[in-house]
Amino acid sequence: MTLRFKLAALVLGATLGFSAPVMAQQPVNPTASSVQEQQLLDALKPGETISGRISIPDARAADLEKPSNKTWMGFNLGVSDRVMGVALVGTALALLVFFMVKGRLAIEAGRSGRTITRFNIFERTVHWTMATSFIVLALSGINVAVGRYIVMPWLGYEAFGSLTYLGKLAHNYLAWPFMLCVVITFVMWVRHNIPNRLDLRWLKEGGGLLVKGKHPPAKKFNAGQKIVFWGVVVGGGLVSASGLLLMFPWFLNSATDWQLAQIAHALIASGMMAMILGHIYIGTVGTEGALDAMTSGQVDVNWAEQHHSLWLEEELARGAVQRRGPGGEVTPAE
Amino acid sequence: MARMKFLCDADRCIECNACVTACKNEHEVPWGINRRRVVTINDGLPGERSVSMACMHCTDAPCAQVCPVNCFYTTNDGVVLHNKDTCIGCGYCFYACPFGAPQYPKASNFGSRGKMDKCTYCSGGPEEDLSIAEYEKYGANRLAEGKLPLCAEMCSTKSLLAGDGDIIAEIYRERVVTRGYGSGAWGWKTAYGETINVSA
Repeated sequence: MTLRFKLAALVLGATLGFSAPVMAQQPVNPTASSVQEQQLLDALKPGETISGRISIPDARAADLEKPSNKTWMGFNLGVSDRVMGVALVGTALALLVFFMVKGRLAIEAGRSGRTITRFNIFERTVHWTMATSFIVLALSGINVAVGRYIVMPWLGYEAFGSLTYLGKLAHNYLAWPFMLCVVITFVMWVRHNIPNRLDLRWLKEGGGLLVKGKHPPAKKFNAGQKIVFWGVVVGGGLVSASGLLLMFPWFLNSATDWQLAQIAHALIASGMMAMILGHIYIGTVGTEGALDAMTSGQVDVNWAEQHHSLWLEEELARGAVQRRGPGGEVTPAE
Repeated sequence: MARMKFLCDADRCIECNACVTACKNEHEVPWGINRRRVVTINDGLPGERSVSMACMHCTDAPCAQVCPVNCFYTTNDGVVLHNKDTCIGCGYCFYACPFGAPQYPKASNFGSRGKMDKCTYCSGGPEEDLSIAEYEKYGANRLAEGKLPLCAEMCSTKSLLAGDGDIIAEIYRERVVTRGYGSGAWGWKTAYGETINVSA
């Protein structure tokens, strides 16, 4: 036999020999070690994503499926909306009931006709800039959250869409003056808002609501106002931080972070809106003589004596001038 | 009435990305945006599977539920579409979508998003069918021409199936029975609330 024949026989024999065990095996199951979707879904913890590798440069596209996104949706539609509704409607109703029961808190000694300066032009400008921005921010925010249930039926689909779009622009632009004013307000008034023992007494006596004629003393800001101050500074700070993260999403790592920022933003904003409703009530309808402080900056001396007696003492001792009448004629201090 | 769905047979998908390219070309999708994408799980390991993913056109679509301006609508065929004129680019649909379908080609003020764009099941949008306005905003409308989505038509292995949900489920089931294996209808449980039983 030739070498070539021997070689061929060898190769043939080897092939048959090696194939024998293969032909005797069970059929191969190509999916024995394949990933199953159900298995991956079961292994997911809340907030986790099934993801893989992708050839598209956008790394976020490698996320395949994240069922827990529906949980965020459920929270937004089921919980967050309701919290906002209760915060707004509940607070408004509570204030209405309070007004019907207690009525307007009058200046007990009546207006004296003499006023002193409470807030200067700078303080008032910062306050009103912050206040008007807050109102527009709040309304545009409420519109995004629940506007489609309340406003769209009245405006119709197209007009509501345009309004919401303008609202979004307003929200993004007015956020800046709001944030600036929160910072200025903090710097401007923090030294008057440090909590102290006087505040405990003020709170225990219900701010003068409990017993007619008995009003606890207070300095420039009473305990209630200090609560509003810190609510605005801390709440405003948090709502601003979460809002900035939403406005510049690339500072956060993942879409889950965006969801958390959005939830925080909505809940904190709801709390702030409830607080500010109370603040608006007390500053306008609720207390006679209070609004003057922020409009003209001048408050009646009797009002100051009733609500901020210690502050009035300090001011007069400092030589604050008591003005009389709308013309603002000056009278010599007594 | 047909109820349109997508089904990607992950055991056949070879990650060729023909679906991605077909979609991008047919609708002139802007740079950087991919309405359809192919994700490979366990790449390089035994059991590697690739899945082609775009909008699943869910039943009770979460994107539609969460939109502040209600710009989504579902057609009679079960296709979930949206109105780009009304969209305010808030991003909530992306937060809610389990599949990451919504994308935002344009930017708006500061870092915020512009109008949303996503797979339309080759079915256009609220503009008049087959008009230029519809093409510019939403891409081609193959369904109005009586055709199926191009991604499924171009799939090189016929792993991506598009059409009436019952029909494609049946095709997949037959495949699984004939060949003896199947890794499941990816995304169906999350999107439609039901899945195809593939255990032999």
